[in-house]
This record gives sequence, C-alpha cells and structure tokens, in this order.
Amino acid sequence: MIQTSDLVPVLPEIFIALAGLALLMLGVFRKEDSTKSVSVLVILAFGAAMVLVSSLGAERLTAFNGLFVADRFAGFAKGLVLVASAIALAMSLPYLEREKIGRFEYPVLVLFATLGMMMMISANDFIALYLGLELQSLSLYVLAAYNRDNAKATEAGLKYFVLGSLASGLLLYGISLLYGFAGTTSFEGLANLFAGGHEHPVKPNMGVIAGLVFVLAGLSFKVSAVPFHMWAPDVYEGAPTPVTSFFAVAPKIAALCLLTRVMTGPFADLVEQWRQVVTFIAIGSMFVGAFAAVVQTNIKRLMAYSSIGHVGFVLVGIAAGSTLGIQGVLIYLAIYLFMNVGVFAVVLSMRQKGRLVEGIDDLAGLSKTHPMMAFVMAVLMFSMAGVPPLAGFWGKFYVFMAAVEAGQFTLAIIGLLSSVVSAYYYLRIIKVMYFDEPVEAFDKPVGASMSLVMAVSTIVILAFTLIPAPLVTSAKAAAQVLFPAAG
Amino acid sequence: MFTALIFYMFAAIAVASGVMVISSRNPVHSVLWLILAFFNAAGLFLLLGAEFLAMVLVVVYVGAVAVLFLFVVMMLDINMVEMKEGFLQYLPTGALIGVVLLVELLAMFGGWAFAPDVEAMVKAPTPTLEQASNTVALGKLIYTNYVYLFQASGLVLLVAMIGTILLTHRKRTGVRKQVIADQVGRSRDSVELKKVQSGRGI
Repeated sequence: MIQTSDLVPVLPEIFIALAGLALLMLGVFRKEDSTKSVSVLVILAFGAAMVLVSSLGAERLTAFNGLFVADRFAGFAKGLVLVASAIALAMSLPYLEREKIGRFEYPVLVLFATLGMMMMISANDFIALYLGLELQSLSLYVLAAYNRDNAKATEAGLKYFVLGSLASGLLLYGISLLYGFAGTTSFEGLANLFAGGHEHPVKPNMGVIAGLVFVLAGLSFKVSAVPFHMWAPDVYEGAPTPVTSFFAVAPKIAALCLLTRVMTGPFADLVEQWRQVVTFIAIGSMFVGAFAAVVQTNIKRLMAYSSIGHVGFVLVGIAAGSTLGIQGVLIYLAIYLFMNVGVFAVVLSMRQKGRLVEGIDDLAGLSKTHPMMAFVMAVLMFSMAGVPPLAGFWGKFYVFMAAVEAGQFTLAIIGLLSSVVSAYYYLRIIKVMYFDEPVEAFDKPVGASMSLVMAVSTIVILAFTLIPAPLVTSAKAAAQVLFPAAG
Repeated sequence: MFTALIFYMFAAIAVASGVMVISSRNPVHSVLWLILAFFNAAGLFLLLGAEFLAMVLVVVYVGAVAVLFLFVVMMLDINMVEMKEGFLQYLPTGALIGVVLLVELLAMFGGWAFAPDVEAMVKAPTPTLEQASNTVALGKLIYTNYVYLFQASGLVLLVAMIGTILLTHRKRTGVRKQVIADQVGRSRDSVELKKVQSGRGI
C-alpha cells in the first residue's frame, strides 16, 4: 500500500505535473492569447518547485517501491535544471512576442520537459529512467519543430525525432539485456548483484557488457557526446533560438546527472568495464568540440560544438569515478549553466532592424556599438575557454584534478590540449568584437530580461573565484551521497 | 497433444498473417490480415492462461486500433506500389547489415549467462494463480506497485497529444462550422414560416 507520507519525496514532481495540467486548461479555455500569463505562471511554478525540492532536506528518501529516489544529488541537480528552464523560458518570451509565434503550449511543453528531467534525475529504476527520458525528449522534439512554418525548424524537429527514437531504441535494448541477465531493472538490485551480494559472486559476462554499452550509447546520444553528436549542430541551428538556448542547458544537465547516477549506482562495480567506454567518448567529444568548432561561421552551430566539447570535459569527471570527479562534474555543470544562458542572452539580442542574425561576423565591432554587451560576451568567452581567474577555469580544474587523482593522466593531458585548441575560437569571437570594424549596430534596447540574465551570469562567473565555497561545498555534499561506502 | 495442436494452429496462422500484412498489395487487405494476426495472438495468450491479456488484445487492438488503422488507410490515398519502389534496391544492403547484426548477437548470446537467482527475481512481483487471479494481479501491479510508471506514461501520452495539436492544428478562415449555441439562441423572428401549397412551389 502507498501511504500519503510515501509521496513526500515526489512532491515537487507532483506539484509540477498538476501545475502543468492546470495551466493547460487555463490556456485552452481563455479566449485571448495567454502565452505571457502562462509563461509567468510556469516560471512561478518552477520557483515553488525549487522551494519544495530544497525543503526535502539531506536525507535519502525513496518512493513508489524504490522506483524514485530523492537525495542531495537529486536536489542539487534539480535546482540547476529548474533555474536553467526558468531562465530559458524568461528569455523566450520577448522573442515569441516579437516574432508573433507565441502559443500557450510553448511554456506548457517547457514545463513537461522539465518534469521529465526531474524524473530522470530521480530515477532509481531503468523503467522510471526511460519514462522520464521519453517525457523530456518528446517535449523537446515538439519544441524543436515549434516554428512549424519554418522549413529549417521542421527539419530540425524531424531529424531530432528520428535520431532520438533510434537512441531510445538502443537504450531500451540495452535495458532489456540487463533485465534478461539480472531479472530486475532496479538500480539497487543491479548494484547488489554486481557487488557480489549473493553467495556466488557474479562475473560480468558478454551480455551484460553489451547491455551496458547499449545503455551508454543511448544516454550519450541524449547528451550529444561523440560519436552520437551528429544531430546537435543541425538541431541547434534549425530550432528557434530560444529553444536552442533551452536545449543547450537544462536537458544536458539532466542527462549528464542521469549518466552519473547510472554509472555510479547500478554499475558502480563494473567501473573497469565502463571507464574505457566513457574515456573514449570523453576524448572524442573534446576533440570534435575543439576542432569542428574552429570552422563554424554561425554562432548557434558554434555553440552546439562548444557544448559537445563541454560534455567531453564533464565526462572526464565521470570517468574518474570518484567523489572528487562527481563533485567536479556538478561544479562544472553549474558554471556551464551560467556561461551558456549568458551567451544565449547575447545571441538573442543580436538583431539588426528587428531581424535576428546568427553570423559570428555580425558581432564585428560590438565593443564600439554595445560596449556592455561586448564586455559580457568577452567575460563569458574567456570563461568558456578556461582562462584562470574566471569560473570556467575552476570547472575544468576540478574535473582534471579528479582525473589526475584517479590516475587518468592521458585523459587529463588530452583534455588540456583540446582546451587550448578550443580557446582559439572563443578568443576569435573576442577579436571580432574588439578589433574588427563595426558593421551594422544591433537594435537597442535589448530588453529587461536579457540585460538581467547577462548581468547575473557575468556576476556569477566573476564572483565564483572570490566566493567559491557555497557551490563547492554543496556540490561535494551532493557527490558524497553517490558513494555511501566512502563515507 | 490437443493443446500442442491448437498452439501450432494459432502460431502458424499468426506468422502467416504477419507475412501477409507486409506483403499484400492492397493496404486494406494488410489491415484485415493484421486483425487476423491479433486474434491468433489472443489465442496464444489464452493457451498460456493469460485470459485478461487475451481479452484486452481483442478489445483494444482489434476493436480500436485496427479499426482506426482501417479508417486511416481507407481515407488516405496511399499508393503502395509507389511506396514500395526502391524496396528491392535497398534489400541487399539491408539484408547484409541484418545478417551481420544477427551473427554478432548470436556470438553474444553464445556466452550468455544468467545471474544466480534470476528466476526468483523475475517471479517476485507476480503472485501465483492461487493467491490472486490474473486480473487482480495485473491491477495490483499497474495501479499499486507501478502507479508511478503508469502516471508517467500518461504524461508522455499527454505530451504527444499536445505536440500533435501544436504542430498540425491550424485555424482556417472561411470555414463554416456548426455553432449550436447560435442555432439555439436564434429568436423566433429570424425564421419565417410559410405554408406551401402542394404542387405550387414558392
């Protein structure tokens, strides 16, 4: 039987789901266009969910017969996801209004995607994982094709849908192999089995490893890690820019946290088996992120490759497989969030005569026409490149330190090398902004929400070096719950 | 002996009608073969003692899904010959990839091993027939143990519905729709009744 008290850990999700249903009704039955009011209410709902998540406390709670888990790790990750989704939605509103494509389904879909992400983060069973992932992906497919009269957006949606379904198929096949071996899909059951909790210790056989690799492949697709990254540039470029800014942050954070939980939970004792796969994916992502981005001329495509590179760096932390590594992952993700929303706030402000432009050349001479915006972009680009006093450096520092501590020297060295290469294209943007002759100036004013996002992200990036403690300690506490044995 | 015969009958017809589904030229015939396949699958379920699943298969798949397919297929003007063009062209590559994958999977399953108490683990969530009937057991699993997954699937379907409406629904102008409220709200004066004599016209 399910008692009411069993529902406590799931309260944030239940709240979000009910809010989604209520807002859907509100949107359907109101005569006039309610995009704006529904969006504001969705952002408020995210805020309320954040309060609920933080009120759960530090204790590890499970619900629904262990299908769902709420712990510090989940709390930290859900906080990031909710912030990212709320900012992305706030940045979309002016765009939707200006382009006159606002429909109330947009914020509702963002809400359901976020719900899916929260379910992924808290999944404690492969079926729960799959359903959360599918709820998130399905909402994202629709959002990618949201601007349905635009051929590029439709193509992006279709491409994302077809490849995403294939990845889901791979994931499910892997899960079925694991179930065939173990007879259970629960994370705890699998972890016990591989830890040798039974009389006969279980040797991982071919089938299990194949299942593990299939699961990894499916999840790598969702985080757009090499070699499953092909969809990312096209989808990022084709989707409407606010949707891209949503894609680049929240789903990545959720999927990477999910990957972390799966690797350190059920497969904790198969670390020798998955480490080589994750290492390979990490190296590939860092290289492709660094080299393929050099030749890009479209800023959205550039951001796609940049995010592939960042996923590579995060995977370095996961490959370390230690508390330090996971702490690094969480710090990196938090910094990544603020860097990306800041850059996308700039990208969304790149409009000439009311038309959105996406070329890197369009940024030329920004320092003369919009000095503040150029400064924000410069800080964020330096941070992404990993230039020391800024937050981006510390993100890389933590993951590489974890890799070195785990004895993964090659990984750390390759990471540093690709980081140097990627610095080239980040610095190129700064060069274009500060040393090239100005072309046409961007429209003024950029709008209150954009300025606010730019300001907040820049302040966070600058301030992290001075006051790192809150983030570092909470990330550490969150990482420790995944390694109960280490204390 | 008798059960085995029945099993082979159901199984053979199910496989044969499955082949007919993909090979028949007329899409309407395909759907009809599909319905036959569903019926035989339901028969197989009955043989396994899963009477509830058998009934659900008939009610849901034959009663709703297949009939819906039939409507869609009849409404759409699909030219199967055109759609099947290029099928033969891709066949060799496709078959080759399929065979390679099959060999790989066989190699993998050759080294297959089960976890020690896999059988007990698989059976754990389901009570035996003495404890509860199939319907009760399924209801308990879906609506009590796995209610979270049940609700989550519901949300996935809801998103699918929102997505379909969002991407395809258009408000067209110049369409005459029936507005019942307007019809009911008409006053008496807006209608003029005339007595028409037979054979005269107005």
